[in-house]
Amino acid sequence: MRKITLNISTSPHVIIGLSTETIMKHVVYALLPAAAFGVYAFGWNALLVMMTTSVGAILTEHFLCKWSDKPSTVGDYSALLAGLLLGMTLPPIFPLWMAFLGSVITIALGKFIFGGLGNNVFNPALVGRAFLQAAFPVAITTWLQPFLPERFYSVSSSIYAWPFMRPTVDAVSGATPLSAFKFDNISTDAYDMAMGICSGSVGETSTLFIILGGIYLAWRKMMNWRIPVSIILTVFAFSAVFYMIDGKVYPSPFFTIFSGGLMLGAIFMATDMVSYPITSAGVWLYGAIIGLLTVVIRLWGGLPEGVMYAILLGNAISPHIDNLVRPRVYGTTKKLKVS
Amino acid sequence: MDFLSLHTNSFKNGIHPPENKEDTRGLPIRQFPFATELIIPMTQHIGAPAEITVREGQEVSRGQVIAKAAGYVSVPIHSPISGMVEKIGLVPTISGSKAQGVTIKAFPSSGQEVAEGYCIDYKTATADEILQAIQDAGIVGLGGAAFPTHVKLKVPEGKVCDYLIINGIECEPYLTTDHRVMLEQGDDIYMGIRYLMKVTGAKEVIIGIEGNKQDAADHLTKMKPDDIPVSVKVVPVKYPQGSEKMLITAVLGKEVPSGGLPIDVNIVTVNIATTAEMGRLLPHGRGIQERVITISGPAVKKKGNYLIPIGTPLRFVLDHVGIVDDIAEIYMGGPMMGPAVADLDISITKGTSGILVFGSKDVVHTDNIYPCIKCGACVDACPISLNPSKLGILAKFESYDRMVSDFNLMDCFECGSCSYVCPSHIPLVQYFRLSKSRYKRKQALNQH
Repeated sequence: MRKITLNISTSPHVIIGLSTETIMKHVVYALLPAAAFGVYAFGWNALLVMMTTSVGAILTEHFLCKWSDKPSTVGDYSALLAGLLLGMTLPPIFPLWMAFLGSVITIALGKFIFGGLGNNVFNPALVGRAFLQAAFPVAITTWLQPFLPERFYSVSSSIYAWPFMRPTVDAVSGATPLSAFKFDNISTDAYDMAMGICSGSVGETSTLFIILGGIYLAWRKMMNWRIPVSIILTVFAFSAVFYMIDGKVYPSPFFTIFSGGLMLGAIFMATDMVSYPITSAGVWLYGAIIGLLTVVIRLWGGLPEGVMYAILLGNAISPHIDNLVRPRVYGTTKKLKVS
Repeated sequence: MDFLSLHTNSFKNGIHPPENKEDTRGLPIRQFPFATELIIPMTQHIGAPAEITVREGQEVSRGQVIAKAAGYVSVPIHSPISGMVEKIGLVPTISGSKAQGVTIKAFPSSGQEVAEGYCIDYKTATADEILQAIQDAGIVGLGGAAFPTHVKLKVPEGKVCDYLIINGIECEPYLTTDHRVMLEQGDDIYMGIRYLMKVTGAKEVIIGIEGNKQDAADHLTKMKPDDIPVSVKVVPVKYPQGSEKMLITAVLGKEVPSGGLPIDVNIVTVNIATTAEMGRLLPHGRGIQERVITISGPAVKKKGNYLIPIGTPLRFVLDHVGIVDDIAEIYMGGPMMGPAVADLDISITKGTSGILVFGSKDVVHTDNIYPCIKCGACVDACPISLNPSKLGILAKFESYDRMVSDFNLMDCFECGSCSYVCPSHIPLVQYFRLSKSRYKRKQALNQH
């Protein structure tokens, strides 16, 4: 009889066929349409910003792994994802050296310092952005008008600003719908915002493509759809209350959900698996808290946008949310410890 | 107040692995040929190994007892074939360790008639007599656990059995033995239920069947006899519904207490193939000599449901059904909980419900384990609402005490749902098996 070599392995012998690497890869794919729209709307500026942050994040991850004598983990796509996400939250004419610095912070302080993939407390891209917001308040609120005719012929000079030099703004700057409303009380049409006909960060303007990307991920079961649903419903409901109280002072709920980085944050940032609660009930609560905080910051805060801080705060309390809504173990009356 | 309850004919969480039952579900049970030599280990059931009562060189007839039960939690073993005891000694088993066993060489000319025994009539026999007959027939749970059935059926003092649930779920992918048994052995099943009702004193019998076996449910409903209060309940397909606890929750909405048994909520559950076996064997006073096994998997040529004599060597089985050249792994039982085979010289036992052969390109295992990204997929999959993510992290730190005291490790019944869904390919259920045995060993050491 012929010789047979058998492998032995532990059950289960079938698996669902998803891997962490695949998930990360598909999240990147899902972001590409919105990123491509950003390039279409803002020209080469946007492409340069996103490429800088992506390359910066990958390089940082690679060298940090090398310096700590670990095998490089850039192959799992999580560094690329964090870098791309950071780039998509920055203005299109953001100086590249600042963007690069932001991507270094994203990986080093957002992820690596906690122990790498799976251990970060906060969404790494938002840690990077929070740093940039604190360090360069002017640059990060200097916006570019969309669809400028020269956007594919020239690149804004502020992009090439030397490190630690004040960038010279030559581009036609435009206010985002949120800042226009906050500082000048000008409302932008919700349809324009959904289609991306407005100023804003590189990847946040095309709400339509962001939602399509989210639907794709939810369909592939690579994203927890409960989080964006919970955030968007809360934001809508909470802002509707104030709109009904005084429609002149407060924005309409449609404006609120389609403006700024809400969709990008709800669909791609708050759903960073590592930093949201692990229980299904906790996830609903997490989304609701982020939604409430977003509206509070937007309506009464000094900044026009509140999604970033709302998500970071949500990340911070997610272990506590897990402890609050604990599932009951089958056949017991005991509430399971979660962390 | 049934209409007020939120009971949904199902249980919490669980998974939906591809069923892969199409290849064999329509194939009738076929008798497998006798091998020239059968290898019968004495450790085919949970409990004390059976004691061999034959000697080398002795002639045995099919159905004759060749080993007796060694205590209460043990069952006798019957010869599956007429032949001569060739050797008594250590034989390989699926667990990897060797066990005492009997090797019987078949008489090629024998007609393989089965000896008729003492008939136990369900109408006249007492409960204890039937329990004794079940033990004497060597009956164990044929779903895979191989726990002696008479022990499971004994209702303890002070407890009452209200419901008898017959488990026809068969939630493991690929397996179709219970499906075929339900379609082909309906009379045996109902006869078995009569015995079971007498033994347990149950007032109501429910046959639980998953929705992917609607034809079996219809068939059993149609041939339902009038003399027993039995109903067929079809529940939505979900793994691991075949587990006793999940089945009880799905069918009756009750929960078995942690560390307890179904009888604590006045329920007894029995596998459907075990029930059919009882109904077939007890009226003739015979013992188990063969069982229905699904042979399937991408690398098998003649897939099917076969009636195979206990003790048939795996090598003989594979030669008969034919396998492709580059086989990689063989599993005994279903792909979710069945162990992998390390040695082709092991043989079919009472607990073997399936043999699955996978080629090298069909095996999905990977050595690439990523860190846990806390995605919560395992938490959403665990049918008893444990936190496999946290348990896995604790297992790495060898915090076995905390796993047991704070995170209910001992409630885990190793269904494998967490490992199935994990995108980081962490072998969670293997961690838990290891942690349980390490914990038990530590406890045992502390007691001395």
